[in-house]
Amino acid sequence: MATVTAAPRGATQTGSDLRTVQVRIKRFQPDTNDQPYWQEFTVQVEGKDRLLDALNKIKWQQDGTLTFRRSCAHGVCGSDAMRVNGRNRLACKLLMQDLGARITVEPMLGFPIIRDLVVDMDPFFAKYEKVKPYLINDEPAPHTERLQSPEQRARFDETTKCILCGACTGSCPSVWANSEWVGPASIVNAHRFIFDSRDRGAADRLNILSDRTGVWRCRTIFNCSEACPRGIHVTEAIEEVKRAIMYGSEE
Amino acid sequence: MNYHKFDVVIVGAGGAGLMSAMQLAHNSSIAVISKLYPTRSHTGAAQGGVAAALGNQEEDHWKWHMFDTVKGGDYLTDQDAAEVLAREAIDAVYDLEHWGLPFNRTPDGKIDQRRFGGHTRNFGEGPVRRSCYAADRTGHMILQTMYQQSVKNQVNFFNEYMMLDVLFNDGQACGVVAMNLRDTSIHVFHAKAIVFATGGYGRAWRITSNALACTGDGMAVAYRRGIPLEDMEMYQFHPTGLYKVGILLSEAARGEGAYLLNSEGERFCIRYAPTMQELAPRDMVSRFIYQEVAEGRGIDGKDYVYLSVAHLGKERIDEKLPDITDFARTYLGVEPYYEPVPIQPTAHYAMGGIPTDIEGRVVVDEQNTVMPGFYAAGEVACVSVHGANRLGTNSLVDLIVFGRRAGKHIASKWLPEADYAPLPNDPDGRAREQVESLLGRTRGEGQDAIRKELRDMMMDKVGVIRSEQSLTEARAKLVELRERYDGVRLMDTSHTFNTELMEVIELGNLLDCAEATIAGALARRESRGGHYRNDYEARDDVNFLRHTLAYHTDQVGEPELRYKPVVITEFQPKERKY
Repeated sequence: MATVTAAPRGATQTGSDLRTVQVRIKRFQPDTNDQPYWQEFTVQVEGKDRLLDALNKIKWQQDGTLTFRRSCAHGVCGSDAMRVNGRNRLACKLLMQDLGARITVEPMLGFPIIRDLVVDMDPFFAKYEKVKPYLINDEPAPHTERLQSPEQRARFDETTKCILCGACTGSCPSVWANSEWVGPASIVNAHRFIFDSRDRGAADRLNILSDRTGVWRCRTIFNCSEACPRGIHVTEAIEEVKRAIMYGSEE
Repeated sequence: MNYHKFDVVIVGAGGAGLMSAMQLAHNSSIAVISKLYPTRSHTGAAQGGVAAALGNQEEDHWKWHMFDTVKGGDYLTDQDAAEVLAREAIDAVYDLEHWGLPFNRTPDGKIDQRRFGGHTRNFGEGPVRRSCYAADRTGHMILQTMYQQSVKNQVNFFNEYMMLDVLFNDGQACGVVAMNLRDTSIHVFHAKAIVFATGGYGRAWRITSNALACTGDGMAVAYRRGIPLEDMEMYQFHPTGLYKVGILLSEAARGEGAYLLNSEGERFCIRYAPTMQELAPRDMVSRFIYQEVAEGRGIDGKDYVYLSVAHLGKERIDEKLPDITDFARTYLGVEPYYEPVPIQPTAHYAMGGIPTDIEGRVVVDEQNTVMPGFYAAGEVACVSVHGANRLGTNSLVDLIVFGRRAGKHIASKWLPEADYAPLPNDPDGRAREQVESLLGRTRGEGQDAIRKELRDMMMDKVGVIRSEQSLTEARAKLVELRERYDGVRLMDTSHTFNTELMEVIELGNLLDCAEATIAGALARRESRGGHYRNDYEARDDVNFLRHTLAYHTDQVGEPELRYKPVVITEFQPKERKY
């Protein structure tokens, strides 16, 4: 190819759409204060900045003690689920232009709080493990792939999207009322295998989910579907598992 | 001291780490340490697919895949490694399928395959369908599937433990030191074998597709302990990052038929690469974009061009590319059904890293002397299977093939003969001192400006186009930043989940990776793959068909550089044309 010259500098500099917003954050600093408290920060952002960018700006420029999890910053790793203006969201999937000038940020409900917006996810993953979230099939595998038709594959497509962020589980009143309940995310991951034509563990999982901490504590409130950052129709998936328990998983 | 003892300690819970764990979980005691929860690992962000010459859609052969990998790497690829990659990709993909990975399917129920950049039939004749995929979330499905299998096999995870140091004694690796983020406690993990699977360091650049966690921790920790870093100047810019934010729009879009357009509405790739067009390798397409911009054909005179998928139709977009079109809607407010998406090159992937042989064993010099008990796999490692430029989908292939090989080698060859080397005196001394000194600093500059200036400097001076001048300036800036970093102050001195402490340690790791990158780039007076110098535009096989090894020294900005030959078995270097 021809000679390449240096690219123009500075063309990716920010535009002129700066705005000032108030971010009200529920803090919990267990080293110095055994009670949570509210703190308000004023920060300049652009409309297309993510809420995560605003939180980073506060942390890096105003208060290094502000504590939250984050990693991929584009909605695929599931680290930064938190309660924003009353709803569970990923901070990296919200643009400031959509949030207004006053924003309230809290840790998700229904989880023990470690510090500020960081909650203890260990109980969440323990419940996930309970539903045997892995392919169960002891038949000898062929030398190549197990066959599966596009229609069979489509049957469980939606629930494979789950990123285990906890937004659904933390939005569920049944979880708030009973921390023993397995919760929507676990059922989504059970669904992913129950309806996979290659799996042989459906009976076992349906048995686990039919006990008193299983699917029947779902009251069809739909908060989970509304909270899911991956667009999974969580309540519908739970209903399908309920129907499979009642009528069998083969359709 | 918090002391743990395992046969094998794996650092990093992405694809490579978990694939190693799968080979070892049945037959040995293992621990997997991750500074995140495992499912947050950056493997999950990979989109387009994992290449394997299954031949499900059309004729394909592993040797064609091997050739494409070597040519794609601008002949800096070690060909013994490329052969292993291409051959074993096939079985590794079937392993993933047997573990439940929900690949897209052909009408007759086989794994569906699609085209991807640089993957060709019959040694370059035209594009081939080689990429096995699960919509545009293949990495997510690999990570989920591997984690599911880890749950099944009851792997011991130490989640949210950040690795700070690696220990050697009696001429072998014997442990790692990590900090539990929950309470800042320091833990020593004593082991017969250590696997580093800690990923890359894209956060060193301003525009990047990489997660905030991708800070080169494994590379930096090894480098500071005297392990060289190989070919760090070989860093890939992916051509299609979302404008300004850098979020990746997979090559799968172009594999499905998307176009790149300049301000004149022209498909400019055809001019540069008549055969492969938009599916030329990434280093080349990134330079095509830079060239268009430099000649005034960026959109609105700015430094971006368009990626257009609209002509594919809604149905195909929704079925094959749902996530990436959603990124364009969420972050740019662009509707890809009707509108072209603004894109620019984004810092994406380290071809270089900790040198290993094809068993995943870390090698420490020009003679490939093995450091017993120390393994590395995935982006942190340099086998070198990607040479000077990685082909799309080959990162996931690398994870599963070499993660698997490292695990198998430990299980079948190393553990049967190995014993624990005793820990050195004061094993956690260096890590403790690092943490205590940071937490005790009461005055000085904060981390923010240092990080920002590092990322700007790497973008502007160590980016797609480099020169003697830009790199010399970069080195001077790095020395300044290192000096400022040595006096950096924390605002947060808490021992509970101190993420500022974590970020400052990560920033130090980025500075070390940047140092090796700049030094390698300055010394490599040629253009090859991802390393393009506008003062030395040609590839120079006489002087630079060799791998760089950078060793840490006491002189900031001045690692010791040594070189080792490239392994060439079948394919003699030729000019790269697509």
